[in-house]
Amino acid sequence: MNWGVLVSTFLAASIEVIEMVAIVVAVGVTRSWRAARVGAVGGLVVLIVTVAALGAALQGLSLETLRLVVGALLLAFGSQWYRKGILIVSRDGWATGVGDEDVDDDVPDGFDWTGAFLAFKGVSLEGLEVAVIVVAFGAAADAIGSAIVGAAASVVVIGALGAATYRYVAAIPRRALQLFVGAMLITFGTFWAGQGLKVEWPGDDFALVWLGALYVAAALLLMRVVSGWRHNAAVAA
Amino acid sequence: MVVWRSTKAIVLFLVDYIFGDDWTVAALIALGLLAAWRLVDAGAAAWWLVPLVVLAANIQSLRRTVRKGG
Repeated sequence: MNWGVLVSTFLAASIEVIEMVAIVVAVGVTRSWRAARVGAVGGLVVLIVTVAALGAALQGLSLETLRLVVGALLLAFGSQWYRKGILIVSRDGWATGVGDEDVDDDVPDGFDWTGAFLAFKGVSLEGLEVAVIVVAFGAAADAIGSAIVGAAASVVVIGALGAATYRYVAAIPRRALQLFVGAMLITFGTFWAGQGLKVEWPGDDFALVWLGALYVAAALLLMRVVSGWRHNAAVAA
Repeated sequence: MVVWRSTKAIVLFLVDYIFGDDWTVAALIALGLLAAWRLVDAGAAAWWLVPLVVLAANIQSLRRTVRKGG
């Protein structure tokens, strides 16, 4: 078992699973729990099929090519979360992203297909990001089993927590988590893309630690810089 | 026609999903990786270049977003 990959996929998947739980619980509370369950199960089936299909598609590539491709994708994708986290947390504070999702409440008498579709859409779309993370981490570290266990544990733990009481899940500040997971994704992206290019990292695998520390420190510094830019823009306006 | 529309929708979704709201970040990172590959090929140390380019690409994007009022 690769514990680094397991913990990384658990954390990265948790952000999306929190969003999934938020949508499913909101549909359950405001519309229909049966529809929410049916939609969620359908979305999870799509997630499993997507992981299997993406995993199979990457089988034929060499490990170096795979690491370069996966690293580049993680850099592009992780940068979005990194920037979004910096922008939102610097503007609204660390606790932002706490709370419920808005859902319509026009519930019909029979089976609530709208509710089921909302839950299905929420789980499958958020699940697509989980699928990419699982396949990327699993394939690049040659530890697909650990990546699947990490993501599955996230679905089970966060899902059970959300089903038991949504208040705990809603209390996790998603934007702060997004910032740190964004930093983690670009850390792995940088490391694997470099390995794919045969870059020699100082400290070998320990480079993951100093790269992570570098990106987190830069994010904390950038939050202050971005606040300064906003302040200057407001003064100039 | 339906196949074409579906394919187009999927491609646009994937492009948006991977590159997000600022394609220049992905473009700069791609250039950085290309430059790192050239350095490695020439036998020079390239480990410092990729994190530097990643940070620079994100900083220029953040600056532009703030200028637009983000």
